[in-house]
Amino acid sequence: MSLEILAVDDSRTMREMIRLALEPAGFTVHLADDGVHGVEVLEGLMPDAIITDINMPRMDGFGFIDAVRNQDTYRATPILVLTTEAAPELKARARNAGATGWIVKPFDPAKLIKALQMVAG
Amino acid sequence: MTDASDPMAEIRASFFIECEELLEAMQDGLQTIDDGEWDNETINVVFRAVHSIKGGAGAFGLESLVRFAHRYETVMDSVRSGTMNVDNDLLKLFFRCADHLSDLVRCARDGLDSPEEQGKSLVGELDASIGLTGDEVEEPEEEIEFQPMGLSLDLGLDLPDMAASLDLPQFEIEFAPAAELFDTGNEPFQILKALRDLGECEIECVTDKLVSLEQLSAETPYLYWKVTLSANVDPAEVASVFEFVDGLCTLKIEALSVSEGAAELETDATLEDLPPPLPTVADEPIVQAEKVETKDPVVTRSASQAKAPGAAAAKSVVRVDLDRIERLVNLVGELVINQAMLSQSLESAGLSPHSDAMNGLEEFQRLTRDIQDSVMMIRAQPVKSLFQRMSRIVRESSAAVSKDVRLETEGENTEVDKTVIERLADPLTHMIRNAVDHGLETTQEREAAGKSSQGIVRLSAAHRSGRVVIEVSDDGGGINRPKVQEIAIKKGLIPADSVLTDTEVDNLLFLPGFSTAASVSDLSGRGVGMDVVRTSIQALGGRITITSQEGVGTTFSISLPLTLAVLDGMVVQVAEETLVLPLNVVVETLTLTQDNLDQVRPGLDVVRVRGAFVPLFDLGVSLGYREKKDDYTDSVVLLIAHEDGSRAALIVDEIQDQRQVVIKGLDDSFYRAPGIAAATILGDGQIALILDPSDIIANAQDPSLTKFAS
Repeated sequence: MSLEILAVDDSRTMREMIRLALEPAGFTVHLADDGVHGVEVLEGLMPDAIITDINMPRMDGFGFIDAVRNQDTYRATPILVLTTEAAPELKARARNAGATGWIVKPFDPAKLIKALQMVAG
Repeated sequence: MTDASDPMAEIRASFFIECEELLEAMQDGLQTIDDGEWDNETINVVFRAVHSIKGGAGAFGLESLVRFAHRYETVMDSVRSGTMNVDNDLLKLFFRCADHLSDLVRCARDGLDSPEEQGKSLVGELDASIGLTGDEVEEPEEEIEFQPMGLSLDLGLDLPDMAASLDLPQFEIEFAPAAELFDTGNEPFQILKALRDLGECEIECVTDKLVSLEQLSAETPYLYWKVTLSANVDPAEVASVFEFVDGLCTLKIEALSVSEGAAELETDATLEDLPPPLPTVADEPIVQAEKVETKDPVVTRSASQAKAPGAAAAKSVVRVDLDRIERLVNLVGELVINQAMLSQSLESAGLSPHSDAMNGLEEFQRLTRDIQDSVMMIRAQPVKSLFQRMSRIVRESSAAVSKDVRLETEGENTEVDKTVIERLADPLTHMIRNAVDHGLETTQEREAAGKSSQGIVRLSAAHRSGRVVIEVSDDGGGINRPKVQEIAIKKGLIPADSVLTDTEVDNLLFLPGFSTAASVSDLSGRGVGMDVVRTSIQALGGRITITSQEGVGTTFSISLPLTLAVLDGMVVQVAEETLVLPLNVVVETLTLTQDNLDQVRPGLDVVRVRGAFVPLFDLGVSLGYREKKDDYTDSVVLLIAHEDGSRAALIVDEIQDQRQVVIKGLDDSFYRAPGIAAATILGDGQIALILDPSDIIANAQDPSLTKFAS
């Protein structure tokens, strides 16, 4: 199943890891460096799912989710948050911001794909 | 990821490059805080740097790095959230932690053992700073080792279809989404699909809550599902399917006993049997219709958008194998030579200097030079990373001798050849240590002299007439010249009755085995003297000079060529051979006369230079080009400064030129001849050897000694 994904992370390493995990599995991956860039890249795209980091310069993950959810087009777009901690309050915060789910870093490529397929088919 | 070992290695390599950038950003941030001109974003930058390092390190399983970064990050976080203030002590701790983090990154990169003990004490200090005590301390560590939970859904996939289903565990699930579930972009359809992936499902959509059409509200869910799942999974795994919607739905999961109902399984409970999606998502088709309408522009735009981030990343850094750049540098070197040959042959063909060919050639010459400069720039790097390492040296060394020292840097963005930067690290480290240990007075002495108690070490870099000048200065007491001279006499380095100028005294510091520290501290005095510093600087084609003023301070000034691929050379003629000597070793040139030529003993000629005797060698004889001449009167002599400060004089036939030459390494197929460092190709296409004068002189001395002995 080929899905179109937008991944937003300020770490080049993470972006490459995500690309490396998803592209061989047939996903189309768009990348952005931070929230502001993410919103720019998103414009004109209709990704099947979005992956975003939380700690980023200019606009963080929460702000980015907010900006995405505020656009009617992306109200129902699944958004997965990449987080280094599995702390419940982080999950709660992500969910309150409108995140669909979360992936705990370091992620296992198979699990990332599974999670994406679970939220986006 | 067996098929991707290569890309992983590449990402790993790029991770470490990114780490260096992050560490640099972190150092910058901390420095800004230290300078007192910071805001919340500065803290955020430092925090994010640590955070990103931790994130990447986790991906590569670099445990100790993750552990330390996590602790560091925790403390940074309390500063970020404003529950803690940055004071001087905390900042110093942050600096030391940054140093340790760099160590850990480098250890991880090079596969070395990480310095655990240092880490432990730092972790202790970090924990103490946020008021954690022993027991609480262990807690966050477990948190990191927390496994990503719940997403392992693949177990059910390869279950045998029917045979095993009889004794499979069964679950009865009731799932009623709440309105909020849709706000987060979750979708019951996907969850049911995930359930089906676990095993055989019997899915029933219950519509008893559905209201009549006129009462229907688009944003309220009315449907719920009852699912009977038979799958060889444990209850936790079933629950994990609902992980993202936990709390956003009413959910009941019951594990049934195996036997009942198992026989009557509907094997094809596909999703096509599902009722149409919820009213809430009924607007989705509309969205999709919009998407289809605008499809063409969307596609083109997304394609260009997708390229953008990659291109941006490529702009910041391109990783190129150093060998390729070397090759390019070499080729451009050839081009320069070729161009020079062409211009010489056109000239000898008698073309008018105003002819088209000559004009075109001039243009060609200019372009060649530009290309050469640009290629050299590829290898150039700002000295910033080097300077940041030095700020660490200052921190560590000032702590070791209990002095309050501040490092000021200038010209961090000055670019220097990569190899030069790498090879400067050791000498600079030594000079910085010297400045802190010997250059600066103790705090008491400073206060007595009416200076501020904080000593300043200044490190600066600048381009000056085609060379890079790096200066290390301190605002200490200056060189104690009488004491230096006294020590030099005591150690037998100079005669007791020598009368020396200030500069000559200062240069005594470069003599091997010289140490001014009255008592050898554990910081400098490691048997590495300034002579080693000078040797390494000279090996880079550089010069080092000292200026010092009593009570005001000392400045060491290093002047380096911009690149190691080009050499400032003196082109000389010896016995019909053209040779090149590095210009930086030639102190002066003179002509031999009857008056200044002398012989101290047979076989050892000397030349008198301002009252001192300098051993004299005929370059032609030393290289075996010719026999010793009877009379050297009126010969041209080059005065060579040895790395150890002693001097020698070389006789040549003629000085032709001073110019930059492209260094061409002699490859391994040549026997290594003593005294020959490399080769170059001159403008007329002639090959000239580049000499290593100290090697030649060392060799020339041996036969003369044997002669003397026999």
